[in-house]
Amino acid sequence: MSEVREFKIWRGNSSGGAMVAYQTQVDEGMVVLDAIHKIQAESAGDMAVRWNCKAGKCGSCSMEINGMPKLACMTRMNDYQPNEVINCRPMKSFPVIKDLVTDVSWNYQQNKKITPLKPKARDKDGNYRMMQEDVDRIQEFRKCIECYLCQNTCHVIRDHQQESRFVGPRFMIRLASLEMHPLDTADRIPAIKNEYGSGLCNITKCCTAVCPEHIQITDNAIIPLKERVVDRYYDPIMWIKRKLFSAKKN
Amino acid sequence: MDIKDLKTHEYEVVVVGAGGAGLRAAIECSAQGMKTALICKSLLGKAHTVMAEGGMAAALGNVDTRDHWKVHFRDTMRGGKFLNVWRMAELHAQQAPDRVRELEEWGAVFDRTKDGLINQRNFGGHRYPRLAHVGDRTGLEMIRTLQDYGVHQGIDVFMEYAVLDLIKDGGQVAGLVAMISDTGEFVVFKAKAVIFATGGAGKAWKVTSNSWEYTGDGYAMAYEAGAELMDLEFTQFHPTGMVWPPSVAGILVTEGVRGEGGILTNSEGRRFMFDNIPARFASETAPDEAEADRWLAGDKNARRPAELLTRDVVARAIMKEVKEGRGSPHGGAFLDIATRRDGEYIKKKLPSMFHQFKVLAELDITKQPMEVGPTLHYFMGGIRVDADSQMTNVPGLFACGECSAGMHGANRLGGNSLSDLLVFGKLAGVGASDYCRGLDAMPTLDADQVISIIRNATSILNREQGENPYLIHDDLRDTMQTKVGIVRAETEIMEGIEALEQLKKRYQQVKADGASQYNPGWHEALSVRNLLITSEAVARAALLRKESRGGHTRLDYEGEREEWSNANVVISKGSDGEMQVNRVERGDPPEHLKKIAYAELSELESTIKIEGK
Ligand SMILES: Cc1cc2nc3c(=O)[nH]c(=O)nc-3n(C[C@H](O)[C@H](O)[C@H](O)COP(=O)(O)OP(=O)(O)OC[C@H]3O[C@@H](n4cnc5c(N)ncnc54)[C@H](O)[C@@H]3O)c2cc1C
Ligand code: SF4
Ligand code: SF4
Ligand code: FES
Repeated sequence: MSEVREFKIWRGNSSGGAMVAYQTQVDEGMVVLDAIHKIQAESAGDMAVRWNCKAGKCGSCSMEINGMPKLACMTRMNDYQPNEVINCRPMKSFPVIKDLVTDVSWNYQQNKKITPLKPKARDKDGNYRMMQEDVDRIQEFRKCIECYLCQNTCHVIRDHQQESRFVGPRFMIRLASLEMHPLDTADRIPAIKNEYGSGLCNITKCCTAVCPEHIQITDNAIIPLKERVVDRYYDPIMWIKRKLFSAKKN
Repeated sequence: MDIKDLKTHEYEVVVVGAGGAGLRAAIECSAQGMKTALICKSLLGKAHTVMAEGGMAAALGNVDTRDHWKVHFRDTMRGGKFLNVWRMAELHAQQAPDRVRELEEWGAVFDRTKDGLINQRNFGGHRYPRLAHVGDRTGLEMIRTLQDYGVHQGIDVFMEYAVLDLIKDGGQVAGLVAMISDTGEFVVFKAKAVIFATGGAGKAWKVTSNSWEYTGDGYAMAYEAGAELMDLEFTQFHPTGMVWPPSVAGILVTEGVRGEGGILTNSEGRRFMFDNIPARFASETAPDEAEADRWLAGDKNARRPAELLTRDVVARAIMKEVKEGRGSPHGGAFLDIATRRDGEYIKKKLPSMFHQFKVLAELDITKQPMEVGPTLHYFMGGIRVDADSQMTNVPGLFACGECSAGMHGANRLGGNSLSDLLVFGKLAGVGASDYCRGLDAMPTLDADQVISIIRNATSILNREQGENPYLIHDDLRDTMQTKVGIVRAETEIMEGIEALEQLKKRYQQVKADGASQYNPGWHEALSVRNLLITSEAVARAALLRKESRGGHTRLDYEGEREEWSNANVVISKGSDGEMQVNRVERGDPPEHLKKIAYAELSELESTIKIEGK
């Protein structure tokens, strides 16, 4: 399989831009990122695109390919019809820097707002003990590669510009991973409600649908956090019980 | 140009690189009260460390209580063919357990043992299950933990800044010049001390597991500033990279697959590793499949399968099978876990391998064997440092992580890098902080140096026409792959050096199109300078070392040679601007360490028992 394929790639910067047509030879097994690199080397040396690992591990190469938020390094060319034009655009929810590269610094600001882990003391022998079944859940959340595709997709951020009031799905799972961490002693529930904006999520699950790590963002992280908020604010007795009778808030 | 118009930052310590080593170093500097900056070429959290899979080695003894730092040290020295800097291997083995526990305290969630402790897995060259891990995404866990902890430690982070070169005040470091990707602007950092944690240079080869950042910037900048490079001939080819399809060739298949019981076979179905057991490891390796199977079943008296021999040995064995016509269809060997473990177990323990093959090769590793072959993976060599402080011969310049030399000798054991990052990242932070405290004043900046660094960079954009940087890079990779690859010989290395000379000439005329804002072509051109310096150093070191040892294999000088058993190749920039390549004799090893490294295992373990832990 080796054939010439058509591409349209958004070129421009914060002052504007347009889709530009390119062609390149595509060989067996190639992913969209390979094709973009080929175009770069052949005819568009200054075309900006982020990437690092080329193996779906770093979350750098996020973009919108034929309308779908995806990792370019994990999107195979043969996922598309042989005559289909491949359209690549930068993520829509973040300001464009240049071409396919967007300014994702807002995400780093959200992360910094979150109260970090406050670990309890170690056991006498210097170790911590946690059971595998108690960490399975947060290990799922910790698979996140910070590609921000979910942030890009969430309509609260994308269409309603509520980014000052809602940290977005990526950071809801970070919050869940802290809240469910067996060693943690901090309390983030009031902040999850007020500052981080859990109430703004209306469980559309669009974030979960685009996550390349297949993290059950909505079911496993956001809904349980919303429940904890509800428990705390409407059923304080439950909360006290939990505090008293379990090692941690699980 | 007036440098007063340039944006200038002032710090006590500037750390270049935000992988495990750089992050750990910056955290330490900050903890030591230093005003600290952390600069990286990519976004925070995307550095190479994020790709590490298998785990980090530390003699915690959680899975097998017989483990001890001395056994880890012994394994490391033997794996490194006794060329490791003894003191570094000692510090590493002693301190790794505390660094792993500290990471846990900062939020890392490792896989657990049945008792709830940090679980540890087997890996090549490690006597006992020793690698703390999280499935096959340990690097992600490490970098995210350090990142999330680090952003609350008062460190100023500068993402997507490419450091171009160091500035010196007389002999000592005074700061550096960087370029901001977003805008293409230049910025000066004044600093008392600079720590390099810039990683390796795999992008000099065609088939590599490394990302675009691995262009040897740290080696080249240190070299230009007068620092010494050491052991660059020792390049690790990881035995198991993907070989098919071509666009993914080189992407890593973690050694964890073999650690979990995966086996290597040739086209005849033979487990050829049993035919390739070196004498040094014979007494500690299962001689046949029967014993290897007992090991997999958990028999503590069984020895490890031959597939878990050190990487240099396995990589050469695969090459041999291919060369003798017993390779897999696309020129590798078969790596099979499907017939060894059930599907659910594989998905749980090796989830990203499962995903990687499914998406990139349309292959289900729970049902079919993978095809694998050697891929350039790691630089054992790098910037020469003092074992305790991590300072180079240039006062104020420190190095840690993959860009520094010494810890791994001629061959690195898997899992020893992640622990190296934490141990020496911290020590470099301590070393740099101590150095800063000893300085009376901020060094002064020399405007001429700043201007010349910026001119070199802008001339690439300003040229009317010239060489395409992507094509020079392609030719460079071809050269290194074919002339200074996994097996080397004098004539080829000489041809390689000649080709590099030609590329250096072409590089004089390199030209990047477009404007300065976020311009990958310009980045590429700037990196090619660093790749050229690094490649030349590798080639010249490889030419000088007339023996085969660890990651350096000479067809014309087979086997380890006595005359090279205690010497390093050290490279620096001569006063005439030419590359100086010297053989440097090492001193005698410390007696107490020699005793451990050369001891029989049983003998060592009984002394450990007597001394108590
Ligand atoms: C696929 C893969 C799997 C691996 N698995 C394991 C494993 O299981 N166990 C193990 O121990 N080791 C493993 N390794 C090796 C290990 O991951 C690396 O050696 C280690 O992560 C290097 O870390 P570091 O901190 O030295 O540098 P890196 O993490 O590579 O970071 C380098 C940093 O330097 C920055 N930088 C470089 N040049 C410049 C410049 N000019 N200006 C500004 N910033 C710059 C980069 O942006 C980056 O932030 C693996 C490696 C690979 C490729
Ligand atoms: S489920 Fe919530 S967080 Fe996810 S996309 Fe919908 S509104 Fe956004
Ligand atoms: S949760 Fe999934 S989609 Fe969101 S940033 Fe993480 S990996 Fe990406
Ligand atoms: S390049 Fe790392 S996820 Fe695509």
